[in-house]
Amino acid sequence: MLLAVAVLSGFVMALAAPWLHRIARSTSGWVLALFPVALTVYFAGQAGRVAAGEVLAVSIDWVPSLGIALSFYLDGLSLLFALMISGIGALVVVYAGGYLAGHAHLGRFYAFLLMFLASMLGLVLANNVITLFVFWELTSVSSYLLIGFEHEREAARQAALQALLVTGLGGLALLAGLLLLGQAGGSMELSELLTRGEAIQAHPFYAPILLLILAGAFTKSAQFPFHFWLPSAMEAPTPVSAYLHSATMVKAGIYLLARFNPVLGGTELWFYIVTAAGAATMLIGAYLALQQSDLKRILAYSTMSALGMMVLLLGLGTELAVKAAIVSILVHALYKGALFLVAGAVDHETGTRDVDRLGGLRRAMPITAAAAALAALSMAGLPPLFGFIGKEMVYEAVFEAPTAVVLLTGVVVLSSMFLLAVAGVAGLRPFFGERASTPKHPHEAPLSLWLGPFLLAGLGLFSGLFPGAAGWLVSPAVAATWGQSTGVELALFHGWSPVLLLSAITVAGGLGLFAGRSACRRAASRLAIGSRWGATRWYELALDGINRLARAQTRFLQSGYLRYYLLTIIATMLGLTAYTLLSRAGLPVPQGSLQVPLYQAVLAGLILLAALAAVRLQTRLGAVAALGVVGYGVALIFVLFGAPDLAMTQFLVETLTVILLVLVLYHLPRFATLSTRRERVRDMAVALLAGGLMTALVLAAAAVQPQLEVSSYMADHSAALAHGRNVVNVILVDFRGLDTFGEITVLAVVGIGVYSLLKLRIRKGDRP
Amino acid sequence: MNTWMAFVIGGLYAAGLYMMMRRSIVKLIIGLALLSHAANLLIFTVGGLTRGRPPLIAAGETSLAAPFADPIPQALVLTAIVISFGVLAFALVLVHRTHQTVGTDDLDNLKATDT
Repeated sequence: MLLAVAVLSGFVMALAAPWLHRIARSTSGWVLALFPVALTVYFAGQAGRVAAGEVLAVSIDWVPSLGIALSFYLDGLSLLFALMISGIGALVVVYAGGYLAGHAHLGRFYAFLLMFLASMLGLVLANNVITLFVFWELTSVSSYLLIGFEHEREAARQAALQALLVTGLGGLALLAGLLLLGQAGGSMELSELLTRGEAIQAHPFYAPILLLILAGAFTKSAQFPFHFWLPSAMEAPTPVSAYLHSATMVKAGIYLLARFNPVLGGTELWFYIVTAAGAATMLIGAYLALQQSDLKRILAYSTMSALGMMVLLLGLGTELAVKAAIVSILVHALYKGALFLVAGAVDHETGTRDVDRLGGLRRAMPITAAAAALAALSMAGLPPLFGFIGKEMVYEAVFEAPTAVVLLTGVVVLSSMFLLAVAGVAGLRPFFGERASTPKHPHEAPLSLWLGPFLLAGLGLFSGLFPGAAGWLVSPAVAATWGQSTGVELALFHGWSPVLLLSAITVAGGLGLFAGRSACRRAASRLAIGSRWGATRWYELALDGINRLARAQTRFLQSGYLRYYLLTIIATMLGLTAYTLLSRAGLPVPQGSLQVPLYQAVLAGLILLAALAAVRLQTRLGAVAALGVVGYGVALIFVLFGAPDLAMTQFLVETLTVILLVLVLYHLPRFATLSTRRERVRDMAVALLAGGLMTALVLAAAAVQPQLEVSSYMADHSAALAHGRNVVNVILVDFRGLDTFGEITVLAVVGIGVYSLLKLRIRKGDRP
Repeated sequence: MNTWMAFVIGGLYAAGLYMMMRRSIVKLIIGLALLSHAANLLIFTVGGLTRGRPPLIAAGETSLAAPFADPIPQALVLTAIVISFGVLAFALVLVHRTHQTVGTDDLDNLKATDT
C-alpha cells in the first residue's frame, strides 16, 4: 500500500507546492526537496528485499470488468528507475530553487516538476498496462507544461507543442500495442504477461504489438527518425532539461524496452528493428552533437546518442548486452544530469551558453569546474570513472553480438570517439584554456546550483572506484530485464583484451576529433543535410499539411450559407437512409389497391397542388394562402382518420399561422428571384429525391405490422385509471403529463421571446 | 389510402425542403411550415390509418372497442403541431425584427454578425 502512496502523494505535493513556496520563499527549494528525499529513502529501504528477489505489489480495483486496476509493483528494474527519479528529482528541486530564484512563477514550476516526478514514478512502478499508459501520458502532459514554462516566448511554445505531438502520437500507438498485448497475453497485468513471453511471440498479433510498442518507446526516447523534438525541447529551463531530457523521461522508452524484453525480445524482428534504430540514432546523435555550439544542444544530441546506444544494446538482447544497457542507464543519468546542471550554472553565472564564448572559468567557478571535469571524464569513458566501466561493457557486448560484429563495433567505436570529443567541448573547454570575456562577470555558483552536479559527478567517481556498490543496485535490474537472475560483476580492469585496445583507439580518435572540431563543423555546415532532409522539415511539412487540410475542410463544410448546410444535411441523410433502405429491404412497392373514394383522392390532390402553389406563386399573399390550404387539407385528413383532437388543433393553429404570416409579410418586401436557374434546378432535384425517399419510407413502413401493446394499455386503462374517455387527452394530461408540462414550458419561453422581440426598441447608434 | 398518403408526404417534404433552400428568408419560413405538415402526416400515417374510429370511449363502456385509431401517434402529433406553431411564431417575429434592423430579407446578406 505504501507503494501506491509513494506514487500518488506526488500529485498531492504538486498541488501543495505553490502554497508551500509562498510560505518558505527563498528556501522553498530545500523544503520541497524533502519530499523526493523521503521517497529516495523509502525506495533505498526496499533495495535489500528487492535484491533478495522479492517483488512488492499493490493493486486497487479501477474497472474490474475490463481488467483495469491501479496496480503497482516494485522489482529490480523499477527500483533502479525509482531511485534515479526520486534521487535526481531531489537535486533538481534544490537546483530549481536557486536557478529560478525570484521568478514570478516558481511555485507553479515546482508544481509541474513534482507532477512530472509522480507521473514518472507511476510509469516505472505500474503493473497494469493501462496504469502504465495513463502515467506515460501524464509524463507527456507535464513535460509539455515544463518545456513551455516560459510561455511568453514563441520558440518555447512551439518546442512544447512539438514534444507533445510527437510523444503523444507515440503514446497512442503504445496504447494500441498494450491493448493488443493484453488480448494476446490474456492479462492486463505486466507481472502476468512477463511469464507468457512464448505464447505472445507465437501469437499472430506479435508483429503489430511489437511495432506499436516500439513506436511509443522510440518517440519517447528520441530515436531516429523521431529524435528532432529533443534538441528543440532545450527551450525548457535548464533544470527541466537536466531532469526530463537526460535522466528520466527520455529513459521511459528505454524502460519500456527493458521491461518488455522478456516478453517481446529475442526475436529476429526485434533484433533488426531495435538494433538498427539504436545504431542509427547513436551515430547521428554523436555526429550532430559535435556540430553544435550551444551547450545545451550539444548535450541534447549527445543524450540522443547515448539513448541510441542503450536501444542498440537492448536490441542485441544477449546477456552481456542487457547488463551493459542497464549499467549505461545509470552511468548516463549520473554524468549527463551533472553536465546539464553545470551548463545551467554556467549560463546563470556568465549569461551565455555558447561554447565558443566560454573559457577558463575554473578559477572563477572551481567547484562547478571540478564537477564538470569529473562528469566529462565519465562521459568520455576514461578510467577510473564509472563511464569507463560502462563503455568497456558496451564494447564487450558488441564484440559478442550475434551478427554484424564488425559493423556494430565500428558504429559504437566511431560514436564513442565523437562523444569523447563532445565531452571535451561541453565539460572541459568552458573551464580550461584561456579566459574568455562573457556577458556577465562569473562567480562561483551558490550552493543550490553546485550541489547537484557535484553529488552526481562524485557518485560517478565513487561508482568507478568502488563498482561493487553500483553492482548491488544494477544486478536486480538486470535480472528483471533478462528474465532470470544473473550475477553482475563490475570491475575497472578487465584484463588485457581486444576491448582495451578498442578503448585506446577510441581515446586517440576522440582526441583527434576534438582537435579538428572546427574543421569538422565547417565541413558539416557546407553539407547542410539536416536543414534540407532533416526530420524537422518532415515534421513541419506534416504539421502544415494537417493544418491546411483542416482549414480546407472547415471552409468547405462551414461555408456560412444556410442553404449549403441544409444541402449537406439533406444529402447525407438521403445517402445513408437510401443506402440502408435499399440494401435491407429493396425498393418498396405500393401495397393494397390504389382505389380510394373520390373525395379522398381529391383531398390528396388538393394538398399536393396547394404545396406546389406555395412553392411557385410569386405573390406573398398567394403563397400564404396556399400554405393555409395545405394546413386545412391536413386537418381534413385528421378528421377522416379518427383524430378529431388533431383536426381541431390544426384548424386553430393554421388560422393563427395565416393571420400571423399576413401581418408580418405586410412589412416585408416582395419576393424577388435571387438564385440562378441552375441553383434552382439543383435544389429541386435534391428536394425531389428527398421527397421520393420519404415516400419510399412510408411505403416500406406500411408493410410493417404496428405494435399495439402500449396503445392497448392506454385504451384499456384510461377510463379506469384516469377517468377520461378521450384517450388522446388522457395520454397528454395524465399518462404523459410531464411531457406536456415540458411542452407548455417551451411555449412559455416562445411567448417571452416573441414579446421581448416585439417590444425591443433599438435606438439609432445603439449597436449591440 | 396509404399509398396516396405516401405521395402526399413525399410531395410535402420535397416542397418544404426546396423552399428552405431559397435565399429569401420568408420562403425559408414557408418551407419550415410545409416541413412540419409533412412530418406530422408522416407520424400519423406510419402509425396506421383507421377510418372513422376515433379513440373515444363510448359512454357506459370501460375501454375502447377495437378497431380504433391508434391514440399514441395522435398524442405525438398533437404535441408536434403545437410546438411547430411555437417555432413558426418565434421565427416570424425574429424575421420581422431582422428585416427592421438589417433591411434585407436575403439570407446571403446575413452572414456577418455586424449590421
